[in-house]
Amino acid sequence: MSGIPHDHYQPSTGGEKWLHKRLPIVGLLYDTLMLPTPKNLNWMWIWGIVLTFCLALQIITGIVLVMHYTPHVDLAFASIEHIMRNVNGGAMLRYLHMNGASLFFIAVYAHIFRGLYYGSYKAPREITWIIGMLIYLLMMGTAFMGYVLPWGQMSFWGATVITGLFGAIPLIGEPIQTWLLGGPAVGNATLNRFFSLHYLLPFVIAGLVVVHIWAFHTTGNNNPTGVEVRRTSKAEAEKDTVPFWPYYVMKDLFALALILAVFFAIVGFMPNYLGHPDNYIEANALATPAHIVPEWYFLPFYAILRAFTSDVWVVQGASFITAGIVDAKFFGVLAMFGAIAVMALAPWLDTSAVRSGRYRPMFKWWFALLVIDFVALMWLGAMPAEEPYATFSLIASAYWFAYFLIILPLLGVFEKPLPQPATIEDDFAAHKSGRTGGTKQFVDPTPAE
Amino acid sequence: MIKKLALSALTALALSTGGAIAAGGEAYVTDYDFSFEGPFGSFDQAQLQRGLQVYTEVCSACHGLQYVPIRTLSDESGPGLPADQVRAYAAQNFFVIDQETGEERPATPTDNFPANVALGAPDLSLMAKARAGFHGPYGLGLNQLFKGMGGAEYIASLLSGYTGETREEAGAILYENVAYGGYLSMGPPLYGDDVVYADGTEATIEQQAKDVAAFLMWTAEPKLMARKEAGFVGVLFLVVLSVLLYLTNKKIWAPIKRKD
Repeated sequence: MSGIPHDHYQPSTGGEKWLHKRLPIVGLLYDTLMLPTPKNLNWMWIWGIVLTFCLALQIITGIVLVMHYTPHVDLAFASIEHIMRNVNGGAMLRYLHMNGASLFFIAVYAHIFRGLYYGSYKAPREITWIIGMLIYLLMMGTAFMGYVLPWGQMSFWGATVITGLFGAIPLIGEPIQTWLLGGPAVGNATLNRFFSLHYLLPFVIAGLVVVHIWAFHTTGNNNPTGVEVRRTSKAEAEKDTVPFWPYYVMKDLFALALILAVFFAIVGFMPNYLGHPDNYIEANALATPAHIVPEWYFLPFYAILRAFTSDVWVVQGASFITAGIVDAKFFGVLAMFGAIAVMALAPWLDTSAVRSGRYRPMFKWWFALLVIDFVALMWLGAMPAEEPYATFSLIASAYWFAYFLIILPLLGVFEKPLPQPATIEDDFAAHKSGRTGGTKQFVDPTPAE
Repeated sequence: MIKKLALSALTALALSTGGAIAAGGEAYVTDYDFSFEGPFGSFDQAQLQRGLQVYTEVCSACHGLQYVPIRTLSDESGPGLPADQVRAYAAQNFFVIDQETGEERPATPTDNFPANVALGAPDLSLMAKARAGFHGPYGLGLNQLFKGMGGAEYIASLLSGYTGETREEAGAILYENVAYGGYLSMGPPLYGDDVVYADGTEATIEQQAKDVAAFLMWTAEPKLMARKEAGFVGVLFLVVLSVLLYLTNKKIWAPIKRKD
């Protein structure tokens, strides 16, 4: 599968040859497992395995939870309590599934920011990046709909607010919203379709994950130097790489076990810490909670959504140009989806010829600021929509867009990159022998997140 | 019984105005110590039994526990009452509508506690998880990380947090409460010695408030002990596995790192 020269599977016994002629499935597994992988990958390359594990965990716990759950407005909340009290191991299953979503998003953010720092999105890995962004969008949709299923107060009001976003689209917005909800307001029809989609989308994600892996197995992994594996001969390629099995399988499993230890501590000792107490109150269309707050992993984009109020000049300008079609609410929706869109466009917005942030002295600082910006937006999303948070949100949102639309394109022109190692082998040797072989730029700055 | 009725009447009056009205004040929740806090904490069975008594004799006049099966009162990790005692308790205290005959009959252990919607008072099954005691600072969630979510603390603080100040609003009497941070429609339910504890514990307002708060933590999270045990075993297992995988990984990579 890979463009990197390596040994392929050779059926040896009669049985293997028989099967290989008819279905080369063993060969496919062999080539996937024995994929030549750059030998200098650092600890930020473990998140893929964590994400794969999360998807499996969510699907397996989810399938069992569905066996006991009732998707009906009068019964959903009680059926969750049935799971928590009467189903064997039900409380544990639900807490694993609930907190599994959080682990999933921690891992996906780490994975995305890893890609942004080491330039994993750049040619020839644009397709991998775009598919990754699609997976991320589907994850958000799936998580949002999953949060509605317990039919608590935050479920109901979160669904009301988020589907209301579609209502902000001019002219066709309200019919779309009604169509999404299956009625004029969030009700039984909404709960049923969200349940159906919450079950379906994870399998779509699983399919896309296969394509995601297929894509980067074709281009080969990126690595902390951003320098490509030599492909002129098998001997040279072998100096830059190690087979995925057993080297990275073991490394990833070690990291996964360590992360799961923390995860189990949260599930076992503080499973409701990341949730909102209001979701233990059954949905009530007549009582609006004081603050409607989404789950933590949506907060950065929620902050962007709320940042563009009607007194911001950009919003007023857009409203003026479009003769009022783009109002503040619609502008906020556009900004929120735009924030993800600009991230997806990073391969074409980044003009620098150098892939890895390690050799980009100016980029490093802007990137660090982006990480801080993301954390700040997450915090601001949880705060009430009032001063001074509104102004902070606006500044933080502006930086998010500026990073992708202005800083990334300009840096490629103005920045003078540091020398890169000639080969991955050199980089690996330099790191291994400590200070002696490595020049300053070989010191790995660990990105936050 | 007369006091219960009087209370019910008062509360019904207050609730008919449509719930509580916050008056802007800062809510203050006391960080009470509970035996179930922390990774190794467990329920105090005697306290749960006392809390059950307070719920039965005071709270149940207005509040239901509709998600809690009565049979779970005999759970070892809960109040741990003997099965025949639970049967007698159910029959003596609660009536339910039989699903088959449609007629009212005394409750049995297989029934849930009845819902109580007559006065519009909220169900208490999940109240200890539906409230948080400690917020902030600045929305960072650090207080909850170190002190816990504080649902039980909130309940205990609310029950013992009445200042005695009242206010009339739209014909209803509201009561000032420091834990609520304003005036709320529920009148003070505890006055001290509202119940007589069988184990001789003195039934002060604070004691009863803490006991019933602990009991409500159990109704909200009946599998708390099993969950912590699973967490403990899980963490221990994964730490050992991590160490083994670390050593394996180190050994596998050693020749690669040695080779020049």
